[in-house]
Amino acid sequence: MDRRVDRHPPLTASRLGGFAVMAVPLLFLGYFFVYPLLTVLATGFTTDGALDFGPLQTIFKRSALVNVAWFTLWQAVASTVLTLLIALPAANVMARYDFPGKRFVRAAIVVPFVLPTVVVGSAFLAVLGPTGPLRVDLRQTVWAILIAHVFFNYAIVVRTVGTYWERIDPQLLEAAQMLGGNRLAVFRKVTYPLLRPAIASAASLVFLFTFTSFGIILILGGLRHATIEVEIWRQATGLVNFEVAAALAFLQIVGISTILVLYSRYQERRAVQFTPRPAADAIRPATPLQRWHVISNLTVMAILLGGPLLILVERSFRSESGYSLAAYSSLGEPIGGLAVAPTAAMLNSVRFAVAATVLAVGIGLAAATVIAYRRGWIGRGFDALLMLPLGTSAVTLGFGFLLALDQPIDLRTSIWLIPVAHALVAMPFVVRTSVPVLRSVKHHLREAAATLGATPQQVWREVDLPMVTRAALIGAGFAFAVSLGEFGATSFLALPTNPTLPTAIFRLLGRPGTSSFTYAMALSTILMIGTAAAVIAIERLRTDTVGDF
Amino acid sequence: MTRHRKLVLPALTTAILLIATGCTSDDDTANEPPNELVLMTHDSFALSEGTLEQFTEDTGIAVTVLKSGDAGTMLSQAILTKDNPIADVIFGVDNTFLSRALAEGVFAEHESSSLADVHAGLIADPRVTPIDFGDVCVNYDRAAFTDSPPPASLLDLTKPEYRNMLVVQDPASSSPGLAFLLATIGTFGDDGEYTWRDYWEDLSQNGVLVASGWTEAYQGAFTAGGGGGDRPIVVSYASSPAVGVYFTDPPPREAPTASLLEGCFRQVEYAGVVAGTGHEDAAGLLVDHLLSVPVQEDIPLNMFVYPANAQAEIPEVFTSFSPVPGSPVELPVDTIEQNRERWIDEWTDILR
Amino acid sequence: MLQCVQISVSFGGTPALDAVDLTVHDGEIVAVMGPSGCGKTTLLRVVAGLQGPDAGTIAWDGKALGDTPPHARGFGLMFQDYALFPHLDVKGNVEFGLRMRGMSAEDRIDRVDDMLQTVGLDGYAERKINELSGGEQQRVALARTLAPSPRLVLLDEPIGALDRTLREHLIAEMRDVFARLGVTALYVTHDRDEAFAIADTVAVMNHGLVVRKGTPEEIWRDPENEYVASLLGFDTIVAVEARAGWLDLGWARMAGDLPAGISRVAVPPHAVLVGDEGPIEGKVLSVTYHAGRYDIAISVGSLVIEAVSSHRHTVGDTVRFEIDGTQLLPIEDAHG
Repeated sequence: MDRRVDRHPPLTASRLGGFAVMAVPLLFLGYFFVYPLLTVLATGFTTDGALDFGPLQTIFKRSALVNVAWFTLWQAVASTVLTLLIALPAANVMARYDFPGKRFVRAAIVVPFVLPTVVVGSAFLAVLGPTGPLRVDLRQTVWAILIAHVFFNYAIVVRTVGTYWERIDPQLLEAAQMLGGNRLAVFRKVTYPLLRPAIASAASLVFLFTFTSFGIILILGGLRHATIEVEIWRQATGLVNFEVAAALAFLQIVGISTILVLYSRYQERRAVQFTPRPAADAIRPATPLQRWHVISNLTVMAILLGGPLLILVERSFRSESGYSLAAYSSLGEPIGGLAVAPTAAMLNSVRFAVAATVLAVGIGLAAATVIAYRRGWIGRGFDALLMLPLGTSAVTLGFGFLLALDQPIDLRTSIWLIPVAHALVAMPFVVRTSVPVLRSVKHHLREAAATLGATPQQVWREVDLPMVTRAALIGAGFAFAVSLGEFGATSFLALPTNPTLPTAIFRLLGRPGTSSFTYAMALSTILMIGTAAAVIAIERLRTDTVGDF
Repeated sequence: MTRHRKLVLPALTTAILLIATGCTSDDDTANEPPNELVLMTHDSFALSEGTLEQFTEDTGIAVTVLKSGDAGTMLSQAILTKDNPIADVIFGVDNTFLSRALAEGVFAEHESSSLADVHAGLIADPRVTPIDFGDVCVNYDRAAFTDSPPPASLLDLTKPEYRNMLVVQDPASSSPGLAFLLATIGTFGDDGEYTWRDYWEDLSQNGVLVASGWTEAYQGAFTAGGGGGDRPIVVSYASSPAVGVYFTDPPPREAPTASLLEGCFRQVEYAGVVAGTGHEDAAGLLVDHLLSVPVQEDIPLNMFVYPANAQAEIPEVFTSFSPVPGSPVELPVDTIEQNRERWIDEWTDILR
Repeated sequence: MLQCVQISVSFGGTPALDAVDLTVHDGEIVAVMGPSGCGKTTLLRVVAGLQGPDAGTIAWDGKALGDTPPHARGFGLMFQDYALFPHLDVKGNVEFGLRMRGMSAEDRIDRVDDMLQTVGLDGYAERKINELSGGEQQRVALARTLAPSPRLVLLDEPIGALDRTLREHLIAEMRDVFARLGVTALYVTHDRDEAFAIADTVAVMNHGLVVRKGTPEEIWRDPENEYVASLLGFDTIVAVEARAGWLDLGWARMAGDLPAGISRVAVPPHAVLVGDEGPIEGKVLSVTYHAGRYDIAISVGSLVIEAVSSHRHTVGDTVRFEIDGTQLLPIEDAHG
């Protein structure tokens, strides 16, 4: 085949990635992200009606704030590298091997993702404190932060990379091994180049999450460790110092944007097209080495993820007189001071999560298509823009909504902001899981469809969609989890009281009394189980009959 | 600070504007009673069912409650939206931030009908009405002090007997944390031979643990909290022992925790009519409703603080387990406003 | 009838197609032949509408196709890698084009059965793509391309990925299917045998230019230039002087005639008659056994002559042979 042809985008691609598909995500991001963001920055940089960049200088003059910026960067890099190192072998296990309970494990690893940080933080304090099983006091150390970051982000790497890994033909690797490559060489020369887009995808998500880490740093980091995100929050809500907060927000966004642009350039260059294969034939571990590989990774999961979660479950059964089910028996009754029963709160949570997932998947797939089809700066810029909400401080965005969304319709206190804000954060997951798959789809398949009479829209529906469904559902699972866990800007909005499960948990944790605490742990346990069930259900939604893509 | 929105209005909003024209809703005038009032408050706000509904029954005005994060977040939001308010009444600004709210012009003047019944010393400004108060005090786990005496004063906490026992909250991120810092400032003074800075140096030497917020301190690090921590002394509220009893099933006969009644700082929470709401009269009625005896009597077991209205009866669990501190530390709101940021910075430098 | 008029395409300044003219008549099969990089695939993509030409016109029955997108051209395209949809089974692949044209499900079943029968894959409808052998995949791709009865079929090295015996078999089959269905086709390949076996007309391409066009017989008889001659496998080109019914190669003389102005000829293997007798003597350089005959290379001085012999020879042997002057192929001088 003529190698040079590939650099010329085929006509079908440019037609599909045209304005119509771009418009939806652009309008959504423009109105609900860019506009609020610019408004809040403009507000922060305006003194008595004139633009004033003094606060920026203030930041660089205060060594404490410079240290915060430096710490933010290096802990994010360290957390990302550590998460990759620990989670990549597990991604291989999930992609290649079959073992009892695999479907459950795949869903369960998402659980850490949804739990309110306050809840997980308390479990970590228990594990890493002087009375914990390790008998070392890691509280307020960087280690505590790094371990917690691995805990939270493990699933991102395992699932995004694992899904991609499944689709690489093992015969390819066997062939490479036949040609005399040892395992390491095969990984370096064959597997890694093919996996690189997915690894970069996962790494970028982990990086963004840890760069803007908030709750973990606050709870486990103590005074000595603060990220820009934490500092923005302290300045804006603790000290009501909007100028410094806006300057920090600006710094955060500039930093993130730079990294994102570099990333998407890299990502585009590295995209490899290969013929995907159905992701069905995982094997039972046969050799002792394979068994060891599977078992050791499952053990890591059990200790790293299961440990803290089990502590929460155990606590939900505690009572003055040994263990009891007391906390679970009153779930239908209103919690004092919350005015609704936990069951009602659960229903609210699910409603918001469904709405957010639908928004995130719909808009995210449109965006992923644009990014995958459009090479050059349009695709790149779009890619970076989409990821940006994940790297933007929740306070900034929340306050941005309040400042900007009062016209034409006053949406500032609308309940719809909840799914919108969740979708902003969840969309990158859909995009990140989908883009590598869409990019790996050979153009020939689309061209074949086009010459068989498929319009660009039909090409997308008949070729891209079936291929990307599985990846998009993985993203949808994350989106659902992100929404259930109440990430992001909603915590900084003023919204009518529609208590969700996390707010109920916060409320219970916010008052003394052992029943309150046990009750909060019971609700957390339910949130965990509900999440795992929801993720399993979402991933079963696959409709295609032949291949499992 | 003026907003320069027009500078950044992107082209797409104009597009949306065009689509959605005709959706402009001009506010009613102050004289015409609205159908609905919006009450903005913090996440800890809670009342029993029926308490706000009573207001709707009496006046025909529905109440929507907006929850907006913690007290600091709420104040920020109120300031950011003051040119185009999202609420008619704000409840929950306390004396540590009151001056800032007043200086920003968030509130309009309103004189409550039951102001005469309010406890002496709570009234701060004609624009805001005190609704409740709570004392931030050092609490301790009584089980940890069966053989040795619990601390009797703030200064005791610097003694070796209490080494590695205290957990406090970061004043930059926590409301009780700031209150406790103010308690130490009020107790030891900003200048002199032994200032609050010396005190905190000593606390630091004595192994004080700083948590980010109340929940992390009480439920995470405190031995009598749910999380099974290792610190038997915690900064919390004078009402915490009573609330702890109330929310333990079955309720113990003696409170497992107690408050140190010396060196407490009194937080007073205010409600006020939002300046520029357009519904000043109706909003005033809602403020009055919050100060009315039925609402005031509902406050303690929902928000774990004391009612500002002296006519309100206090629940028994409060009177038996949580006495009100006699002489809390007081600092003028203006002094707090002028020094708050500097104090927090200095505190951070000492503890970091 | 397809007409390509003065089609030019370049990638980053490098021309891939340089003012190419090509016509495919109804029912005609035209093979475009040339080595990889000669522009033949680009030509196919331009015709399919997957690639816009920088200049020139593609027309069908006299109507310029201009910006008509690929799906509206009514052409079928078959890729070298088949580009079968891995998420669909055989039936799903074959009926794809029918579905896109809105054919009813019942009619589609009939048509798919017909097509599978045509390509010899009866009963394969429910099979998964990744369970098929290479040859089976090729047939599915062919069935898929032909199912919607495209007015022009474009084939890009459609059997290039298969082994030799299978190729020979499939090319005959395809020829048969095309004839039965009256297909009009543009067939791109680098393989001489393939092009000659399937095409009514062969266009030879080099560096974006069509350098020779004609029926396989015409081209075989008269490659015209060195490039085509070498594509045909006639690598021995020698200088010649024609003198009154005699051809003088300098090292050999034989009876024969050449058009005026020709000073070089290709010596095809079939012009070399190896025997016990013969005026020319050479040394055997290599021997390759090839289904009943031996391909041998003979060195004569500094020249290497390729020949076919029915006898076995050993490398290093001396052989005698003569050259049939009527079988020599005149080579025009390269222009520019």
